[in-house]
Amino acid sequence: MNKKYLKTIYILFKKELMSYFNSPIAYIFIGVFLIVANWLFFNSFFIIGQASVRSYFSLLPWIFLFLAPAITMRLWAEEKKSGTIEFLLTLPVTDWQVVLAKFFGSLAFLFIALLLSITIPVSVAFLGNIDLGPVIGSYLGALFLGGSYLALGLFISSLTKNQIIAFVLALVACFGAFIVGADFVLAGAPKFAVPVMKFLDRKSTRLNSSHTDISRMPSSA
Amino acid sequence: MIEIKNLTKKFGSSVILDNINFSVKKGEILGFLGPNGAGKTTTMKIITSFWAPTGGKVEIDGLDVVRDSIKTRSKIGYLPENVPLYDDMKVFEYLKFAAEIRGIKKENVKKKIKEASEACGLSKVMRKPIDELSKGYRQRVGLAQAIIHNPDVLILDEPTTGLDPNQIVEIRDLIKKIGKEKTVIFSTHILGEVSAVCDRVIIINNGRIVGEGSPDDLIKKAGVREIIYVKIKGSKNDVLNKLNEMENVLKAEIKDKESEDIYGYEIEPKQGVDLREYLSMTVMKNNWSILEFNKKSVSLEDVFRELTK
Repeated sequence: MNKKYLKTIYILFKKELMSYFNSPIAYIFIGVFLIVANWLFFNSFFIIGQASVRSYFSLLPWIFLFLAPAITMRLWAEEKKSGTIEFLLTLPVTDWQVVLAKFFGSLAFLFIALLLSITIPVSVAFLGNIDLGPVIGSYLGALFLGGSYLALGLFISSLTKNQIIAFVLALVACFGAFIVGADFVLAGAPKFAVPVMKFLDRKSTRLNSSHTDISRMPSSA
Repeated sequence: MIEIKNLTKKFGSSVILDNINFSVKKGEILGFLGPNGAGKTTTMKIITSFWAPTGGKVEIDGLDVVRDSIKTRSKIGYLPENVPLYDDMKVFEYLKFAAEIRGIKKENVKKKIKEASEACGLSKVMRKPIDELSKGYRQRVGLAQAIIHNPDVLILDEPTTGLDPNQIVEIRDLIKKIGKEKTVIFSTHILGEVSAVCDRVIIINNGRIVGEGSPDDLIKKAGVREIIYVKIKGSKNDVLNKLNEMENVLKAEIKDKESEDIYGYEIEPKQGVDLREYLSMTVMKNNWSILEFNKKSVSLEDVFRELTK
């Protein structure tokens, strides 16, 4: 039973991932993501003159702010608009299975995009010594951060039939999660909410904080 | 096979379905008739567990569609109205997904896709993206998807809209073939289709069942009157008077005019009386001549109009 449950999710997951690569959208998203990420990073890289990818990972949350809503905007909105949701939800599958499949489908897509950006740390490694621990840690952190944005985007996509609305609202929501722990926001927030907001912030924006633990790992550098 | 008991659906204060009861036996093709907005689609959406009923229940093989929804859904093949398909997939990919998600074993998937695509005449377009297909082919892909897992129950929401006459005949034949072993419910507002395909008809209007039975039964039950149309050459007033004076005639009136002394008349005889012979004798006696004669047979169309007024 359990195996069958997972298999159903896997089949739905395959369909989700396939639908990205069946249209040019996937290639455009990944292409634009890589160009922007590389350009923004290498723009300042040679000026600073340090073999570190730290600045890349502080850029990522900003890029994700746009990339994640773009990935998720159509997932529910399109199904509702074209009516395929009626096909999907009258199949012998539970709502949970569909939701999980959509989430992991979008996460896998983000993972692929992130994986392709590995050229950045590799280039840096050629130019100087790079600390592998923080890089791996940051990638992991980036994936989790992306995952939280995707979850938010998926929820918002389920509220509307219109992809554009889904995109814009998801962007706003992600931005809200992004700035929730900033000092000027905390200063204006009610006292009781501050710890919660700080907690949310730790999860969403401080990719660099993941360095501290993982950089203790033995690394080649 | 399918039991529908006191089914009610409301959206806010508007009642879409009002206490509907019917059942469908195995191997029966049920035609679901009704004007737009009568509740046909709503009933189907509830049977397929897409919507939950406000009251009452639907059982398939004794399983409730709300409580045992996963089990009942796997028994059903469903073609929704307007045939929603994943446009970015190829026909083959789509059918493969449909087969896999229905739990067909890996080694059988190819065979099942082949069977379904051949039954629906899709072999030529298997490698085409769905958004390049014509309306007729889309309909067939939707149908192939609905029958791929060999379901016990087939629910088709207006499966022939937008098809050309040849395609309509093909789809009807397909439904008839499938209906020999399975339970089929299909909705339509093409009335000819119902008498061509169905064993039984349910006419629904404003969320209520207003007629039920075989097409012939319905015609009898509705008590729609028989009317004779004749075109007679002869002076108008004379003919009209004589016709009205005839025995067993309830009413005769002028229907249309061809020329100065040629008119078409509609005659309504008393129930169950054969007027033909007497009518021709009357015409001969008066030295008129009959140019056209036909009996307007009562169709399901009249019954439908009568019941959904």
